[in-house]
Parts: sequence; C-alpha cells; structure tokens
Amino acid sequence: MRRICYKGLMAVLGLYVLLVQAVQAAGYDEALAKFTSDQFPQIEQGILDLAAIGSPEAARLLEALNDGRLFFTAGKQVVFKEGNGVIDGLTAAKLDPAPDNLKTVRMNNRVRRTLESALGTLSLVAVDPVKRRAAAEAVFKARDPQALPLLETAIQKEKDTAIKNVMERARAAILVADSKASELARLGAVETLAERGDQEVMSLLASVRPQAPANLVQSIDAAIKVIERRLSLLSAFQNAIYGLSLGSVLLLAAIGLAITFGVMGIINMAHGEMVMLGAYTTFLVQEVIRAKYPALFDWSLMIALPLAFLVSALFGVMIERSILRFLYGRPLETLLATWGVSLVLQQGVRTLFGPTNREVGAPAFMSGSVDLWGLTITSGRLWIIVFSMLVFFALLLLMRATSFGLKMRAVTQNRRMAAAMGIPTPIIDQMTFALGSGIAGIAGVALSQIDNVSPNLGQGYIIDSFMVVVFGGVGNLWGTLVGALTLGVANKFLEPLAGAVLGKIVMLVFIILFIQKRPRGLFALKGRSVEG
Amino acid sequence: MSFSFLQKDRLAIVFMAILAGFGVIVPLLNLLMPEGSFFHIPTYAVSLLGKYICFAILALSLDLVWGFCGILSLGHGAFFALGGYAMGMYLMRQIGARGVYANPVLPDFMVFLNMKELPLPWYGFSSFSYAMLMVFLVPGLLAFVFGWFAFRSRVSGVYLSIITQAMTFAMMLAFFRNDMGFGGNNGLTDFKDILGFSVQASGTRLTLYMLSILALGGCYLVARMMVQSAYGRVLIAIRDAESRTRFLGYRVEHFKVLAFTVSACMAGLAGALYVPQVGIINPSEFAPGNSIEAVIWVAVGGRGTLVGPVLGAVLVNFAKTWLTGALAEFWLFALGALFIGVTLFLPKGIIGTLSEKFSKPKAEADVAEEVRS
Amino acid sequence: MNHMAPAELTQALLYMDGVCVSFDGFRALNTLSLVIGPGEMRAIIGPNGAGKTTMMDVMTGKTRPDTGVVLYEGKIDLTTLDEASIAELGIGRKFQKPTVFESQTVFDNILLAMAGPRTAFSCLWGWRNHVDHAEIHHILETVGLIGHRDRLAANLSHGQKQWLEIGMLLAQDPKLLLVDEPVAGMTDAETEQTAQLLKSIARDHAVIVVEHDMAFVRALECRVTCLHEGSVLAEGHIDAVSRDERVIEVYLGR
Repeated sequence: MRRICYKGLMAVLGLYVLLVQAVQAAGYDEALAKFTSDQFPQIEQGILDLAAIGSPEAARLLEALNDGRLFFTAGKQVVFKEGNGVIDGLTAAKLDPAPDNLKTVRMNNRVRRTLESALGTLSLVAVDPVKRRAAAEAVFKARDPQALPLLETAIQKEKDTAIKNVMERARAAILVADSKASELARLGAVETLAERGDQEVMSLLASVRPQAPANLVQSIDAAIKVIERRLSLLSAFQNAIYGLSLGSVLLLAAIGLAITFGVMGIINMAHGEMVMLGAYTTFLVQEVIRAKYPALFDWSLMIALPLAFLVSALFGVMIERSILRFLYGRPLETLLATWGVSLVLQQGVRTLFGPTNREVGAPAFMSGSVDLWGLTITSGRLWIIVFSMLVFFALLLLMRATSFGLKMRAVTQNRRMAAAMGIPTPIIDQMTFALGSGIAGIAGVALSQIDNVSPNLGQGYIIDSFMVVVFGGVGNLWGTLVGALTLGVANKFLEPLAGAVLGKIVMLVFIILFIQKRPRGLFALKGRSVEG
Repeated sequence: MSFSFLQKDRLAIVFMAILAGFGVIVPLLNLLMPEGSFFHIPTYAVSLLGKYICFAILALSLDLVWGFCGILSLGHGAFFALGGYAMGMYLMRQIGARGVYANPVLPDFMVFLNMKELPLPWYGFSSFSYAMLMVFLVPGLLAFVFGWFAFRSRVSGVYLSIITQAMTFAMMLAFFRNDMGFGGNNGLTDFKDILGFSVQASGTRLTLYMLSILALGGCYLVARMMVQSAYGRVLIAIRDAESRTRFLGYRVEHFKVLAFTVSACMAGLAGALYVPQVGIINPSEFAPGNSIEAVIWVAVGGRGTLVGPVLGAVLVNFAKTWLTGALAEFWLFALGALFIGVTLFLPKGIIGTLSEKFSKPKAEADVAEEVRS
Repeated sequence: MNHMAPAELTQALLYMDGVCVSFDGFRALNTLSLVIGPGEMRAIIGPNGAGKTTMMDVMTGKTRPDTGVVLYEGKIDLTTLDEASIAELGIGRKFQKPTVFESQTVFDNILLAMAGPRTAFSCLWGWRNHVDHAEIHHILETVGLIGHRDRLAANLSHGQKQWLEIGMLLAQDPKLLLVDEPVAGMTDAETEQTAQLLKSIARDHAVIVVEHDMAFVRALECRVTCLHEGSVLAEGHIDAVSRDERVIEVYLGR
C-alpha cells in the first residue's frame, strides 16, 4: 500500500519535472531566437526571458553574452564560444566543425544594464554559496518585483539556512515595498522582516510606512520597535565584545607590569618598550620567513612568541643587572632611570629600523571574520581575547603552583627572611623581572597584529597599563584582570556617547578620582604597617 | 644661626649675583657690541637664553615640590602649558583684524573651523591684566583642586607620579581636540604684538628676556623664603617621614596643597613668559615626556637646592640645542643616558654633590662645637 | 549602650571599650577595654602580636577600629578623627623604631615639635619662626642633647635618637604620651636614665609605656596591663601581674 503510494508520488513528480523541462525548452527556443534580432528591445526581452527560466544553462548563456562570447550564425543558430570550441546554445552540444561567419549579439548600455541585473538575479541559483548570498543581498537592495519568481525558486532549492534567511528577507523586502502585492502577503513580509531586521530593514520599513495602508502601518511600527530593541541589544553586545577585546589588549600590556610593579614594586617606565621589542621581534621573524621559508608563514606568530619572550626577557635581565638592582627601595629614582632606558630603546630601534611603521602580516587563521549572533567580528579580535586569557591563566598557574612562584612571592613579601631561608634573592629578582619583561614581549607579538609596529608602539600603552594595575590593585593578578576588562568595556561603552578621545579623557579622569577614593585599587590588601 | 645657613646664604648671594649679571650683561652685549663682533650676542640667542630661563623657572617650581616635599610631579608641564595658553590667548586676541581672515574678534583658526562666536573661555583675554591673572589662576586652581583631592586621600609616592602623568596626558588629548576651542593640534601662533609692542622687535625680545630673569629671581626669592621658614622645615619633615609629621599634629595635606599650588603658579608664569619668546604654544607642551624631562633638569642640578635645578635646566637645554643641531639622532640617546647616569652616579645632582664636598670641614666644626659645650 | 559613656567615666582621660580591629581575618584587637586616668602612668606589656602597637594606632587615629568606643577626656570620639587632629588634642606618640627627621638638625626637630599653632601660615611667616630658643634649649638640656644642637639627626646614635624623640614629645607638651619601647637598644645606664626621665614627665602628664624590659617596667613603679591576643589578660601592680599564672604562661615564662 505504502509502496504504491510512493511509486505514484514518484510518477507524479517525474511527470512534473518533465513538464517543467518541456516548458523550459519551449521558452528557451523563443528566448534564444530574440538574440538574433537587430532590435535592442527584442534582445533585452531575450535576456529577461532567460533570466525568468533561471536554469544553469540560461546562466551560462547570459555569462557568455556578458563576456562577448555569444554569437549567431547566418542560419540564426545561437552559439557561444567556450575555450577553443563553439557550443550550440540550444543543445549545449559542441559543434564540429565550428561554424564560421559568426555574428556578435548586439549590445547597448540599456541592454548591458538589463543583462547585469539579470545576471545578478541568476546568481541566486549559482553553485557557489558566496555568489548566492551576494545575489540575495543585491536583490534585497534592489527590491525589483521581477526578481520575485526566481527568488521563490531559489528559496525552495536553498539548503543553507543562513542564505535561505537572507533570501527570505529579500523576498519580504520586495513584498513590503510592492504596493501591488496583497495586504496579507505584505503583513507576512513585515513579520519576517521584524524577525530578521537590522539597520537597513529599519530604513526600508521607514520609507515604506508613509504610503502603506493603515493596517500595515501598525504592524510596521511594531516591527520597527522590535528591531530597535534587538539592534540596541546587538550594539550592546558588540560593545561588550569590542570592550573585552580592548580589555584583553590592556590586560596583555599590563600583566607584565602587574608583576614588575605589583609584585616587585618596581616602576618600569620602559615596560612599553619591552612590548615594542616583542613586536619588532615578530616583524623580524616574518621577514626571515618571507625571505626563506614562505610556507611557514602561518606559523610565524607561533615562532615569534618564544623568541619575543626571550628577547624582552633578556633585555629585562640586562636592565635589572645594570641599573635596577642599585635602586631597590628607591621607586622614584627607578622611575626616572627606566624612563631613560625607554628613551634609549626607542631611539635605538628608530636608528636600526627607521621611524616608519613596519608591516606585520596576519596568518590565515587570524584574518577573516566570524559571525556571532548576527554580528560580524574580525577573528583577530577574538584571538586576542583567547590569547590574553591563556597568558593570564598560565601566569596565575606559575605564581600559584610552581616553586619559582612561591619563591618569588616569598622574596617580594620579606626579602631578608627569604634570604635567610636560603632562597637566592638576586636570582629570583632577575627571574621575576625577566618574567615580567618577557610577558611584555609576548604582548608585543599580539599587539603587532592590531597596532602599528613603530618605535612609539610602547609609549601608547604605558599610561594605560599603569592605570590598569593601579585601578585593579597592586600585587593582585586577579585585580589586573578585572581592572583591564572593566576599563576596556567601559571605554567602548563610553565611545559612542562621547567619542573616542573624550571617552579616553573621561576614563583617565575617572581613574584619577577613583585612586583618590581607593588609593590601593579595587582589590586592596589591608594590613598593619603597609606604610612605606 | 648655624653654619649651614651661612653656607646656603653664600650660595644664594652668588646665584643672585650671577643672575643679575646675566640680566645686565647679555642685553648690553646685544645692544652695544657691533654685529659681527665676537662679543655680540644676536637677538635670537637672547631669546634662546630667555627660553632657558623659562625652563629654569619650571625646574625651580618642580624643585619646590619634589626636592623639598617629595612630591614627584610628572605633570608640571601641564601647569606650564596652561600658563602658556593663557598668554597665547591674550596674544591671539591682540592680532585683531590683522589675521588672514581679518575677523576683528575671532582668531583665524575659529573662522577656519566655522565658529560663529567667541567661546566663553576666551572672554576677557583681550585685557592684559585679566590674562596675567589667568596665568596664575588657571594653573593654580587646577593644582589646588587636584592636590586637594590627591593629598587628602593620601595618594603619594609613585601613585601620585602616575596620576599626575595621567592628568597631563588627559589634558593633552583634550587640547588636541578642535572643539575645545584652543586651536586643536596647531595650537596658538602667528602672534603680532604684546601690549602694543611687536613680538618680533628686538627691543621687545630683550625686554621679555629681562622680565624672565626678573621672574626667575622673584620665584627664587619666594621659594627660598618658603623653604627657609619653619614651613620649609615641615615640608622636609613631610618628605622624610610623612606619617611622623602627622603624629606631630601637622595637617600634611594643607602643607602639600600650598606648596603644589604655589609651584603650579610659578610653572604657569614660566609658560606665559615662554610663549611670546618662542612664538607658539600647542598641545604637545602637555606631552608626558616634557614633564619628565623637566624632572631630569632638577635631578641633574641637584634637588632640594633651588639653585641646582636652575643650573640643570640651563645646562641640559643648552646641550639639547647643541646636540639636536649637530647630531639630532644622538640627542635621545644622550637624554636617556642622562636619566640613567644621574640617578645611578649623581643622585644628589651637581650642586648637592658640590655643597656636600664643601661642607666636609663643617662636620669637624660640628665636633669642635661639641667639645666646647 | 556602650556608646554613651557612663558619667563617672568622663573622669577618665582615655576610655577604650570593646575595641576590635581585624586585618584580613586576623584579629589584632579583640574587645579591648582600657581606662587611663588623668596624669596616670601605665605600662603595657605582652608578647609579640598581642596588639600593643595596634592599640596605639587606634588611639592616634592611624587605624580605625571595626567596633568599639574610644573616648578622650570623656567626650571626644577619637575614632572619627585623623592623626593631626588627635595630636592637636594633646596625644603625643613615640614610635617603636625611633623616627626623627633625619635630614634636619636636632634643634629643628625640637622646633617642629614645639607646642603652638601648626597651620601652614603660622609656619610660613607666623609664630613658629619666632619660637623662644631658650625653651628649645631647656628641652635639649633635659634630654641631654644640648651639645648636639646643630648636628643632623641622622648622625645621632640609636640611643640619642630615642632621647631626641622623647625630647620632641616634651616639646609637644601633650596631655597623654604614648611611648612605644623607649629603651630598646639602650645600655642599662641609659635605661635607668630614661626611666627617671619618664617618671619626672609623668608628674604632670599621663603616660602609656609599652615595653618588654621588665626591669625597666618595674623601675617605672606604675600600674601594669598585660595584653594577650588583643585583649587584657591581667591588670594591676607589677608584683600582682608578674605572679599571675596566665601572664607567666603566655609572656614571662617560668
């Protein structure tokens, strides 16, 4: 019983397919004939007919026409050239021998415009999903009712839900704008649009509203409200993501400082230059890879990471050994001396690499973008978030779970006691400072992806980094995390209200006021005789 | 009175004498010696010296707070620049209809930015005395408010340094904005005249130079009066042991705010004298780097000596002029090395180290006195 | 009910009741109560970490107690005042580690401490610039530093710094002196001298002395309070306190 039904269904379906093909073939004939005409309106009609058929073959013909490869013979047989051969337009069979005396199908600007729009619509059924999507977007923008039939076919055939969504949105846009469509269809379209609405849909609805019948106006208003709510939610979400990304950048820049300043109490004004050295290391690594091993380019950042850590850590050790160790317990002098170091490093890099920005490329997996709930976010931003979290937790683990971390904390809390217990304090000092500097170098690798690699790279981060550490509370890595993310997100939420520069000023003023209120930051340690 | 005061008095007398010498001899050499003579000092060099003197005032003001009270301000450039802007605004209004756009009220940049009327902060700046008042009032008020909040909440040491740096950074960002109405990143320039005298004329330039010398002398005397009084001893007490001073019953924040405010006023005066001599003021004067550079002048000369910072400012800036002319690239290396070298090898600065050497015999006198008593 | 001091307690110069202070979970003071009469001398003893220094921090406004009452002269709530105001009320403090102004002369140290107006303007061109040198000299003679008048405080020996600080307390002329370990690092003779000096001071000032040196405490001949874990363990005459089993247990040893 069931089988019979199934067979019957198949039969009906087969019949339908045959029927459609027959209709197509019939239409095809007539459409092709029009290309042999020397009347432009005739040719234009031919293009529209082919577009209405909307089969891959029709698309192939129209593309040939677009490239100037469509001809007709003296016998009014329409053919097109492909590769070296000549192909019959109707049967798609290769003609051998190739007919001679081919005439080009006539074109003028009007015909060309029609052809372009027809090609655009036809892309709705293209094989390449990127093309289909672009075509649907184009249809949404053009809102040409003539595209409707093909759009319907495309929607039925479409398997990719994302593209199908875009197509349905395009159909709804056409229907809403089409005053000839039935009110029911238009109402349905408004509903669809309300579901998938963005800024463009809003302006579309707003432009339709004045001419719409009363019923429709109501639902349009409701739809606009829905879209507005979603848009504000979306922009909040986008601000949050951008803010997190900025916060991660701040975290990367500040976390090395959280160790040298927060744990050791050293004011390293050359911290920004440690970041800069990391960025230049990345640049050098990429130069070598480009010149010698281009295949490794996608790995360049991976290779740069340990190298940047080593380079900056090495500079850190040199600074600690040659300058800082003579200045322990004199924070203001340390500040001045390290400022001197930063000037020397900046000028050194400027002399070696020149004052201009250096090009640092992004590996394939970091370029492009990701769709997140209707938001397009560059993957670079997301990677920075992931990467900074990795660095943070690795560092936390190092501080909490290794013997080096334990010794480090011991030395910084009570140097003499630690020395008395046999901890080699000078070595721990060096290693701690090297660690802080090395992490700055790692930050430099990440920052090379989002900022200009120039000798001034570090200068842009030093004040922000200090603000983060001071805001979060000195000597507390969690405080640095919370501080960086808070400042990043707050900054991004302020930007639309006040503009980028003013937002930054507001943040600085806020932190200045905050320090007055809580001089030891968000996560302050309270204790007896903390006074220095 | 103790021997150490005599020592310092001698330094003060020498300093004032040298200053007076500079104030008299330099203009005389400019005016009396024929051009081309070895002893002739060209007018541009007088203005250059005048610029150094302005920096010396800034260094002196910094020494008052850092050397005597331990407040390492990394934002004194902001007070300097504010004083400079106040003067610059007066000079802009003096241009009147002689600007490119010949607008009698609005300075050129406002016409260019399509501003229709004078922004409120510019009112009154056509009057010289009002502008002079603002030269002191604006930096002083900012320092007072900032200091009041910071010192009351006991923000000190490197924290204070960092937030003063953030302050000047924020000011720089703000002044870079066109809609602030202070000329954006071009700042204020193309000045024509001051009190009716052309700023280009050599007579005006000599006068400005001598006024700078007078201002330096005046600021030095004010600062010296402050630090030689019991107030100065409290400042030093705060610098060395702040909480002990509190337990003695002193309101540390009041002392600090007063010193900070007076110091900011001096810096503002320095900026006001600087602007007509260099002919421009722009937001880069707020750059954090400038303020830190001023700190190194103080460190080179010797902090807590008042005379030292003046010497340091002149020496370092002379070196800067010479080096940026001869080996531009080398200057930042030299400046960086100076920061490192002074903190490591000359922590007391030139004057501090010298006076320590000269006061060696004093320790023996001390002992002798002890034996007598 | 504790917040209103009973009438008879207004007699007390300093009245502390139920004072608690904790740092990150550690209880430095635990419902500490202490009463000091006008002109009284009191020695505080107790093991390290008993809360002696924290108690002084609370009295001088450096640390705010979590709970409890600290009344001065029966009416002034010290917990709401800052260090400078409390010092102005007449409570002077000598620190455990001698803190004098090292880069200034002995004379200037005393000058800074002299009782009198302490505003910025009185220091700038007012009273403090015209202090009677004879008074300062008198104090320097009392503490035996007249010969070191013009030396920098940094160059004094440890004992001399202790004396200078006591001199500064005298110059301050407070009603209540808080003296934290005044004889640490002194020779026996110096200790004896210091005890005599404190006793003569106690004739017209109230004094609280924190000290570990039992011989010194005995020489002071005053009431003794023993602190332990942030509260009072025993109080009374030195003989009674030093015989107390618990005091012996936690502090004096057997």
